[in-house]
Amino acid sequence: MSKAKSKVSIANNLNTIDLVQRNLAKRKRAEWRFRAYGVGAILFGLACLLILFSDIISKGHGAFMQTQIYMEVTLDSQRLNIDDPTSDQQIRQANYDSVLAQALIAQYETGSTLSENTADSFKPLSALDKRQLLNLISTGAVYTIGQRLSDNPQLLNQTVGFWLIADDDVDNYVKNIEHGGKGFSSRLNKQQQEWVNNWMANEQVRQVFNSTFFTSGDSREPEQAGIHSALVGSLYMLLVTIGLTFPIGIAAAVYLEEYAAKNRVTDFIEVNINNLAAVPSIIFGLLGLAIFIGFFDMPRSVPLMGGLVLTLMTLPTIIISSRAAIKAVPPSIRDAAYGLGASKMQVVLHHVVPLAMPGMLTGAIIGFALALGETAPLLMIGMVAFIVDVPNGLMDPSSALPVQIFLWADSPERAFVERSSAAIMVLLAFLITMNGLAVWLRHRLGRSYQ
Amino acid sequence: MQYIGYKGNELTYMETPTLIIITLLCATGAYILGRNRASNIAYRAGKKNVLHSLPYYYGVLSALWCVLPCLFIVLAWNLLDDYVVHTAIVKLLPGSVQALPDSEIELMVNTVINNALYPNALIGSNPPDYILQAGQDYLRWQQLSQLSLTVVVLISLGLAFSLGWLWIKPKVHARQQVERVFQWFLLFCASIAVVTTIGIVLSVLFESLRFFQSVNLFDFIFGTHWSPQTALRIDQVGASGAFGAVPLFLGTLLISFIAMLVAVPAGLMSAIYLSEYASPRFRATVKPILEILAGIPSVVYGFFAALTVAPFIRDVGDLLGLDVSSESALAAGLVMGVMIIPYVSSLSDDVIKAVPQSLRDGSLGLGATQSETIKLVVIPAALPGIVSGILLAASRAIGETMIVVMAAGLAAHLTVNPLESVTTITVQIVTLLVGDQEFDSPKTLSAFALGLMLFIVTLILNYVALYVVRHYREEYE
Repeated sequence: MSKAKSKVSIANNLNTIDLVQRNLAKRKRAEWRFRAYGVGAILFGLACLLILFSDIISKGHGAFMQTQIYMEVTLDSQRLNIDDPTSDQQIRQANYDSVLAQALIAQYETGSTLSENTADSFKPLSALDKRQLLNLISTGAVYTIGQRLSDNPQLLNQTVGFWLIADDDVDNYVKNIEHGGKGFSSRLNKQQQEWVNNWMANEQVRQVFNSTFFTSGDSREPEQAGIHSALVGSLYMLLVTIGLTFPIGIAAAVYLEEYAAKNRVTDFIEVNINNLAAVPSIIFGLLGLAIFIGFFDMPRSVPLMGGLVLTLMTLPTIIISSRAAIKAVPPSIRDAAYGLGASKMQVVLHHVVPLAMPGMLTGAIIGFALALGETAPLLMIGMVAFIVDVPNGLMDPSSALPVQIFLWADSPERAFVERSSAAIMVLLAFLITMNGLAVWLRHRLGRSYQ
Repeated sequence: MQYIGYKGNELTYMETPTLIIITLLCATGAYILGRNRASNIAYRAGKKNVLHSLPYYYGVLSALWCVLPCLFIVLAWNLLDDYVVHTAIVKLLPGSVQALPDSEIELMVNTVINNALYPNALIGSNPPDYILQAGQDYLRWQQLSQLSLTVVVLISLGLAFSLGWLWIKPKVHARQQVERVFQWFLLFCASIAVVTTIGIVLSVLFESLRFFQSVNLFDFIFGTHWSPQTALRIDQVGASGAFGAVPLFLGTLLISFIAMLVAVPAGLMSAIYLSEYASPRFRATVKPILEILAGIPSVVYGFFAALTVAPFIRDVGDLLGLDVSSESALAAGLVMGVMIIPYVSSLSDDVIKAVPQSLRDGSLGLGATQSETIKLVVIPAALPGIVSGILLAASRAIGETMIVVMAAGLAAHLTVNPLESVTTITVQIVTLLVGDQEFDSPKTLSAFALGLMLFIVTLILNYVALYVVRHYREEYE
């Protein structure tokens, strides 16, 4: 009996091993496939990140350079309408358009600076040609001339060389040629391209760092548009958000972790905070619109409003991360402090909060980075206005960097799209700095209690 | 869009920020004086422990005496101020104006205020005399109000300060009193979240109720035609607009579904690989890099979707002979999927890590391969957490705004074809509320009704996610 049984079991065993062996190759292939899916998923994520960054950099790096055109302008007092060179007002209101136009047209009508191969341009230009010629220089160029003259009034009636900002179409054309392309012909006609080619041949065209982009506000002309006012608006908003969210968030976290009794009210507050953290940001915009603007009649488009809405949006995240930091402080610290006779407030303020501070700061900085990049609620409270001036305070109408990106990305002009990607690069630089700071803080100040 | 850069008459007298700064300065002074007084009392008594609390608690108490009443007065005044002046202006306007409906009176009051604050802003318009007159009165009252606020605050500062001074006696339990105020302050901060929730519910609900007075709730939820734009003029044909939100719901679902098709496999598989296969070093490098995807602002993804992915998909479609819209749901959905990969992966990663090693060891000991262990043991054990992570990611996708505003379409098409352009709830909220708007038209109010729907849906998703985790989670300890 027992012999027979063991025989059967041996036969079965062999059978099982055979079965296992037979399936093993298949199972190993499945194992390998599964692993490959995992690697594939990670590679997919990394590839998306790489494509995203390289796409934005390749679209936007051009905006950091600016094309300028060298032009010798005669600051003729008659054309400028200046009879008294000492009068600031006259210099400020002088007719710089006229001298610039004169300088541009003179090049072709007298042929003074022309190369030989365009001899046919010696004939007088038609009115249309003149207009097209003027369009090659930015409308902001007159400010360059005016600024120089008001700084050095003695230049009046002299011929002075200026590097003037080119129009955005010229800018695109020149950049394209310099990168080995043939030039976009869509926005410049044949004649205009020829003029620009001549300037390039004469070395009258140069590329310099685009400081306008960092020093001026929004503009209808891409070559004069900058992110300064949007950046300042964003920083004001961030200031309000930090000033309100950080103390309130810490206080709320301290209450929930250290003071609150386990009861219905506390549960209700906790559920509320967790839910708010997952509410879409646009809903906070609706809240700002209906309550702050509709009910309390606060002004639209000001950094204070934007900061308030972002505060309400960021608060739950900060409370949650601060609570985690407070939880990480071991109870023995509290017990030791109580044992020495400290009161509850002293335990919290002298021991728990200082020890939890690195963790709370790390969480807070990451929350503020999210707030800095937030766009949707700002659209709701009217921060999409066209703002040229740099805001001077919390109650001045302003824009925000992400909103500026949104507005420029919507614009049909190529040069604005380029500026939009450049603004994205600036925004990402800020975010990376903030996140890097958070990581550094965690390494530097974090401590373990083991 | 408008250009705002005009500065009107500045109102003089002490403004609210100045008052708050003065109050805070007084509080600092009160703190120092209060602390010194307490120390002096102890010194004169000749022994230190005559005081109930440490001297600085008396200082803090005096400072609180100063700050709290004054801040309360300033806040209350600023809240009521507008209302009182508004009512007063209305009383000043002639009877013919007062007989107008509320919204017109509101408009008139705004005209009055604008005329008073920016007298030169509206060149060419000649407002009637009574408006100018009311404007002058408005300015006078505004100044009067600010002046009396200044006086009231300064008097109450003095009063509170002297009361606080007299309050300092050795037997006063200063520490307990300060700690009680501290605790109330903490509770106040914690309840701001509740107030925010109430604010959201009230604002969205009330405006939605007003919307549902003019549009039937069922027409809104089950209607298949959405064109709010026609509601601009009363005399127009079809002026009432069509508010059937089904195309929006469908568009939102379509884009979110595409996003989840990308995010769930990619997020889940990368979480599995990172927590089960990868070496600690690989994990420590790759995980933070993948999480960068979650830190990139959505406006950047929107830019990428609208200017790179959408044209690319259209070109590919042209090559294949397909007719692809340049605002296809596919482009927005794909990019949104990439954005939520880290949400899925980091939430799943946490729960996979929480599955005890003994389960894996048991399965491996029985001869299962690693992938079989993962598929048959680890994932089932972690399933509640994974499902809840996916639900949270879905709620993120439904509420995501900037990607769809920039890359999805505006026209409401009732379609599930991912190559066509669809519109979503969030896109419509933004288009309806950005730019010039009248607060009372159904067109504007419909945005709030859509917001209510969005809020309810995300709330339900979050609740279900929490419920799944709480009720189906295995406890291994």
